[in-house]
Parts: sequence; C-alpha cells; structure tokens
Amino acid sequence: MSTNDIRAYMPKGDLISLLILAVLILVVFPLSMDIFRLNLVGKYLTYAFVAIGLVLCWGYGGILSLGQGVFFGLGGYCMAMFLKLEASSPEATKIQSTPGIPDFMDWNQITELPWFWEPFYSFPFTILAVLIVPTIFAYIIGAAMFKRRVGGVYFAIITQAVASILTVLIIGQQGYTGGVNGITDLRTLLGWDIRTDSAKFILYFVNAGLLIGCLLIAQYIRKSKLGRLLVAMREREDRVRFSGYDVSDFKIFVFCIGAMFSAIGGAMFTLQVGFMSPSFVGIVPSIEMVIFCAVGGRLSIFGAVYGALLVNWSKTTFSESFPELWLFAMGALFIGVVMAFPSGLAGLYKQHIGPRIRNTLATIRRDYLASRANAKSQSFATD
Amino acid sequence: MKRKDFVLAVEGLTVSFDGFKAVNDLSFYVEEEEIRVIIGPNGAGKTTVLDLICGKTKSTHGSIKFRGKELTKMTEHAIVNEGIGRKFQNPSIYEDLTVFENLEISFPRGHSVFGALVFKRDAEVIAAVEEVAETIFLADSLDKTAGLLSHGQKQWLEIGMLLIQKPDLLMLDEPVAGMSVAERKQTAQLLNRITKNRSVIVIEHDMQFVEDIAHRVTVLHQGKMLSEGSMQKVKSDPKVVEVYLGH
Amino acid sequence: MFSDYTSTELVSIFAMQGFAGLILFSVFVLMALGLAIIFGQMGVINMAHGEFMILGAYVTYLLSNLFETHMPALFSIYFFVAMIVAFFAAGALGALVEWGLIRHLYRRPLDTLLATWGLSLILQQTYRTVFGAREVGVSLPDWLMGSIPLTDIIEIPINGLFVMGLTLTIAVSVYFLMFKSRWGGQVRAVVQNRPMAGAVGINTEKTDRITFALGCGIAGVAGSAFTMIGSTGPSSGQLYIVDTFLVVVFGGAQSLLGTIASAFTISQAQSTMEFFLSGSMAKVLTLLTVVGILMLRPQGLFALKIRH
Repeated sequence: MSTNDIRAYMPKGDLISLLILAVLILVVFPLSMDIFRLNLVGKYLTYAFVAIGLVLCWGYGGILSLGQGVFFGLGGYCMAMFLKLEASSPEATKIQSTPGIPDFMDWNQITELPWFWEPFYSFPFTILAVLIVPTIFAYIIGAAMFKRRVGGVYFAIITQAVASILTVLIIGQQGYTGGVNGITDLRTLLGWDIRTDSAKFILYFVNAGLLIGCLLIAQYIRKSKLGRLLVAMREREDRVRFSGYDVSDFKIFVFCIGAMFSAIGGAMFTLQVGFMSPSFVGIVPSIEMVIFCAVGGRLSIFGAVYGALLVNWSKTTFSESFPELWLFAMGALFIGVVMAFPSGLAGLYKQHIGPRIRNTLATIRRDYLASRANAKSQSFATD
Repeated sequence: MKRKDFVLAVEGLTVSFDGFKAVNDLSFYVEEEEIRVIIGPNGAGKTTVLDLICGKTKSTHGSIKFRGKELTKMTEHAIVNEGIGRKFQNPSIYEDLTVFENLEISFPRGHSVFGALVFKRDAEVIAAVEEVAETIFLADSLDKTAGLLSHGQKQWLEIGMLLIQKPDLLMLDEPVAGMSVAERKQTAQLLNRITKNRSVIVIEHDMQFVEDIAHRVTVLHQGKMLSEGSMQKVKSDPKVVEVYLGH
Repeated sequence: MFSDYTSTELVSIFAMQGFAGLILFSVFVLMALGLAIIFGQMGVINMAHGEFMILGAYVTYLLSNLFETHMPALFSIYFFVAMIVAFFAAGALGALVEWGLIRHLYRRPLDTLLATWGLSLILQQTYRTVFGAREVGVSLPDWLMGSIPLTDIIEIPINGLFVMGLTLTIAVSVYFLMFKSRWGGQVRAVVQNRPMAGAVGINTEKTDRITFALGCGIAGVAGSAFTMIGSTGPSSGQLYIVDTFLVVVFGGAQSLLGTIASAFTISQAQSTMEFFLSGSMAKVLTLLTVVGILMLRPQGLFALKIRH
C-alpha cells in the first residue's frame, strides 16, 4: 500500500484517536493500576470487541442484533471447554466416580465425555472453533433472515429469541454445559497457570493487542467501499440493490464480522476472568452490549471502546456502593442515550470538545507562527 | 422487423395484488436506441411496469425478455448486471455520502463483498466519476454531501448514478417531476445526450417534455395498453383523448 | 417419548395438558394483543410490556390482600375488581409513558426498543423497592379452585376456563373496538396517513396516547390472569417478553385472529411437551420451532401476503 492509500484508510483524525486509545490502554492503565483493577479493565475491554462489531452492524449497516451475547458466549464457551478439559486430567479428578471428565459431568452422572467435547483437547482446534463456530452460526441466522429480506425490529426480535433459547438450553443441559454455574475452576492454558498475577498481566496485553487488531480491521472495513455501501444500504436499500449489489451478502458479511469480534472478546473473557456462564449469553447481557455501543456513539469504533469501559466501570462502582440504584441508572442511560445523545460520547466529542481542542491548537499555532515571524524579522533587522 | 432487434420484449405481462390486476396482459417491444415514453392517468400501472421489469415486483403471468434473456425469475441485482438501470420517482440517493461517493458506489466494479473490500479508487474510477459529473452538471459539487443538493440536482445525481453503470436500457420514472422550468430544459438536453447508444423507457406527465423526447409513446389505462405509436398518432387516438388528454 | 404410554393414555395426557395450558394461552393472548395493537398500529416496540403485565399482577396481589383482611365477605368477587383496577392502573401508566417517552420516538422503532428496555429496568427496580425482591402469590376465591371432571383422567381446571372465557371476551371487544367502532377507524386512519388524519380533524396525539394506554391496560389484565399460574416478582415480566414477541410475529403482526391462533399453538405445544420433557427443553423446542418457521416464513404463519 502506498502512503496515499494508508492515508485514505487512516485519516489523521482517526490515527490520533487510535494512538490516544492505544496509549491509554497499553501505557496509562498498566502503569496506574494494580493487577486486580487492571484485570477488571481487561474484562471490560472484552466487551469492547462486541461493541466494535455492533458499530459496524448497527451504526453502519442499520442491523440491530439483540443477540450478540450468543456469539460472545459461544467464543467464551469454546475456550472454556478447552481449559476445562486441561483442568480435568485423570490425576486431578481421581476422586470422581469417572476420572478424566469435567467435574460437573461427574456430578450429573455422566460417565463418558460427550462427542462434541472430544475435539477441544486440541488447542489449534479450539482457536479455530472460537473464530469459526460463532461465525458459522451468525452466517446461518443472517442468511436465513437477510436473504428473505427480514430486517429491522423483526431481526432484533429473532436474535433476542435466539439468545433466550441458547440460555435456556445451556442451563437445561447442565450435564453437558455446567448449567447455570457455567464452566468454572479453569486453571491452566497449555500448562501455563492463568490465575497468577503475571499471567493476568500478560493476558491483559494479549487482549489489548487483539482489540487494537480488531479496531484496525474495523477501520479498514469502515473506510473501504464496503463501509460506504453499508451506510448507503442503511439509507436506501433499494437503490443499492438497483445499483447491482446483492444487499443480503453485505448484511450477512457484517453480521458475521460482528459475531467473530464478539467471539474473540468472549474467549479473552474466559481466559482473563477464569470462567464462562450463561449469564453472559442471554437477553439481558446482549442488550447491555448494545448500550455500550450506543453510549460510545453508534458510528464510532473508538467511541465503542470508551463506551464499554465507561458503562462497565460505572456498573462496578455503582453495584459496589449503591446496588439498588444501578438498575435505575442503567434504565436512565438507555432512555437518555436514545432521547438526548443519539450519537453518544463520540457525538459529544465531535460537537463540543473536538472544536474547542482544534480552536486552542489553532490559536497556539498562530501565536507560534507569529512569534517565529517576529523573531525572523528581528533577526533580519540585526543582519 | 425481426424479433431479435428488440432490446426488450414484454409479452402477456400480468400482475395481480389480491385479485386486483395492476398490469393486465400487457405486451410491448422496445427497439435499440429507442426512447419510449409511457404515459397514462394515475393508477394506470406505469410505475408497476418498471417495477416488474427491474424485478422489484414479481409478475403473476407473462414474460419479460431482455436481449432474449428471461428476466421474470431473476433477482434485482442480476437484472441490473444484465444492463438495466432504473431511476425512482422520488430522488433516491445516499444523502449522507458525498456526490463522488454516490457515483463511485454505482461504478460497475467491486460488487461482491470481497470486491467491495479491496475496491480501490484508481484513475479509472476517478475519470469515470468526473466524466459523469460533468454530464449531469455537478462537476463542481463532487465533495458536497448529497443531502445538501437541490431537488433538481438530486434527480440529476440519480441519473448520473445510472449513467456510470453504462446500462443498455435506462428506465426513468418521472425524471422532471418537481423541477423548475430551467431545470426541465437542462434535463431534456441531458436526456437527449445520454440516450445515444442505449434504449430508454421514460414515465412522464409533462406533455411538452414528452413531445420533446419521445420516439414512440405507449398509453396505459387501468393496467392495459390503450394506444401505441408516435406522439402524433397517440394524440389523435379518440380513446386516448377520452381517458387522458381530454382532462 | 410416546412409547411408554397407551393410546388412550396419550389422548388423556394431551387433553389434560391442553387444558392446563389454557391460562398460559390466555396470558399470551392478552400480552400479545396489547403488543400487537401498539406495534401493528403504531410501529412501536414496547420492551417494557412485561412490566406493565407485572403491574397488573401486583395490583391483583394488593387487592387480594385488601379484600382478605378488610372485606372477607366480598372476597369471592375481588378478582373482577382486581382486573378492572389492573386495567386502569397499567393503562394510566401507559398514557404517562407515551406522553413522556414514546411520542418523541415515533418512526424510530429500533430506538423505542432500547428506550422501553431502559424503562423496563426502571420499573423492575421500582417494583423491587416497593414490593421487595421476594416473589408474592395471591389466594384464589373458592369458586375458582378445583376442576370439572370430564372423564376418569381428564379434568378441566375451573380457573383456566374462567380466564379463557374472559380473554376471549376481551379479544372480541378489542376486535370490535378496532374494526367496527368510530375510534378504531380513527386509529387506522392515523396509521395510514398521519398528516391527512390530522388535517381532517382527528386528534392524532390523543389517538396515539389512547392506543398505547389501551395496549398497556390489556397487559395489566394479563397480569391478573398471570397470578393464577405463577408467583409475581419484580422481574417475572421479563421472562415473558420474548415469548410474547414471538407470538405476535408468528401470528403475523397485523392479524388479530393470527395472534390468537399463534398464542394457542405456542402455549399448547409448550404445555404438552412439558409433560414428556423437562420444562426447559419444552421451551427450547417450542421456541426453536417457532424461530425456524419464522426464518422460512418471515411474514408469520397466518399472514396471507408479505409487503415489501
């Protein structure tokens, strides 16, 4: 790619946003927080993956999915299954009536590892599954709906129903899934203890690196013709169709990308937090993920990261000090962001803070230039 | 005339909505480089005919052949890629994008998901966009957000979006509706210029405009063909005078 | 799963589970009617609909306590009073919400969905603060208890019959209100052409408000019925919202008869399967079937045509 191309895909403003965010995540947070808080931030950032995907789907494509928890959960469960198998070696589980299988299976009188657990002994398979299983699932839902031109609220409701079904299924089949408690007591990744402080520190950076990777992919999509097509589709779907595009293909693509991002977030959640449960899959977490995106600004991939950080940080703070107020605050947030701040933090920045910074910078620059010109004329004078 | 000289052959076309036949056993043929104008009172089924040709509505019976290829079972985008462009009645453009981006999206390359991801704004694209922008009087507004254009300019932009596709058959639904007199004149010039080397179907109410551009006229009434021929012939057809021109 | 039973036993099981599903059916119909009126007529998605239902349930609970302690003589009729009060309480809240929130969001269906979700969180927390987190139940008057024996095995629960009768009455009244009354004509006029309806002298704002309030009021009545099949807690409504949306969509959003048929199908499928499978698997299978069918027939099972 030539420099011109790079500039087209990463304009100056976006580059600055990305750098600020990268410094914040990679330098400021790690330096200013203890490992407990940093791990917490790492957890919040796993939701940012979902929020970035939602910016592309919802902000750009106009496709509101209320079931992103499904993909977050699928990614998270794939990783959790691998870690659980590693934690369930025959030696570690010899007190069970069937050693060598996960403890919750043993509690549920299951005596043999189910077939779909078998491949998760392999780490490469697990990585592939994290990326591919949710994407295929998204493809099936997307193809079924978009090829039949179902969109808008119908799509939102169907995705919500899928989230609800998957939660009930996971909770109901506790012998295979760990039920309502989820898959817990995860210990090592390929022999490396993920519960130690140093592991948490490293995982934080892995997570941050992946997040920046996803941001770059999202930025590329956003700035490619596909990004402009998504905007065009959101406005005039028919016009795009009659310009010779198969609109459904683009919707399926962006929905699958959103699913894959969510799944990466889910897998990193499992690694950093040490468990995965249906409480991150269902209707409530899925719609909360939408609010992360909305608070950040539904058209800003960088805003989405701040939205995820801010909402989750407030949630932790509020629920620690005033648990009964949290739902009120969350409810007010949903209403407020829709009624008063439809473009979220990014919109506020763009309208109020951005221009001010630019003005200040312009003034500084002008003063600087003026003083330099002064200095120059003085130096001429002395010549 | 031999059948294969027809660009478009519509035969026995019928569509019914809940038993109401919006288009009823309609047949007509469009030749190479012909400008065909469809007129008729409101509710005659004019727009529905365009919808049927471009695949927006599926027919109940009948056939639509474009250069010998049956269109009735094809999807919209496949029909477009065969070489048919359609302008909607109300200007249908992407208001949040710039004029340049509006035209660029319609440029016939990179129409698959992968193609759109790797699409590059190279010299060929820029040249094509600039050429079309020149034609539609918008060369100075390429970086303007399309939502800020005047109504007439939006109409032109949509026509430009079709031109850049280089269609063999262009279908325009009321291209001068809502335009000022000056804009109408400019549009008539525009149409005369862009209809070289392609066939055009136009729906229009403005009779002066129709006389200016039409090679042949088809008059629809209640979904059926009432009359067809030159403007002179149609004008003097007593059936047409009764239902339409007499008003 | 059927092989362990004889055919007569199977018939009886189906019949019994069918009658047992009557209340679920009624709750579905009433909830879905409210949603369908609001969604079909106004294009607004009300995610807080479950909380309006729960308001009705709490009203019923309060009145049952009130009658039990202060007017035990009238206890046998409290349920009728409760339904009426539930209707007006939920309806009044609905009118308030329409005025404060919904009217600012017309034609932004995805946004109403998020805003009303926020509302549902606030209502849930309010219920938790006022009524406590513990689930509450109501006691039924004697005449609603028990069942009518039909054969040796099949028994019809009286409360189920009563609630279903009531539901059908409400459904029929709504039908007449929407399609035969002058007011219904106004609502439909507003749906089809808002500026024109306004121009011919229909107060569109008032029509919207009453429509929304009516939908919420019916949800309140659903809440009264709900107290007979489950205990009432601050977040009980949330469990029903997805099912109810599926009922509406499955039935074809515009069709009253479709809504009733789809509520019947879904509630009966779930109730029957619950006998053979665990409750959660019955729900999974039912919802999965519905979603599967909707993917093949997005216009709903009972809608005649699809409009683009």
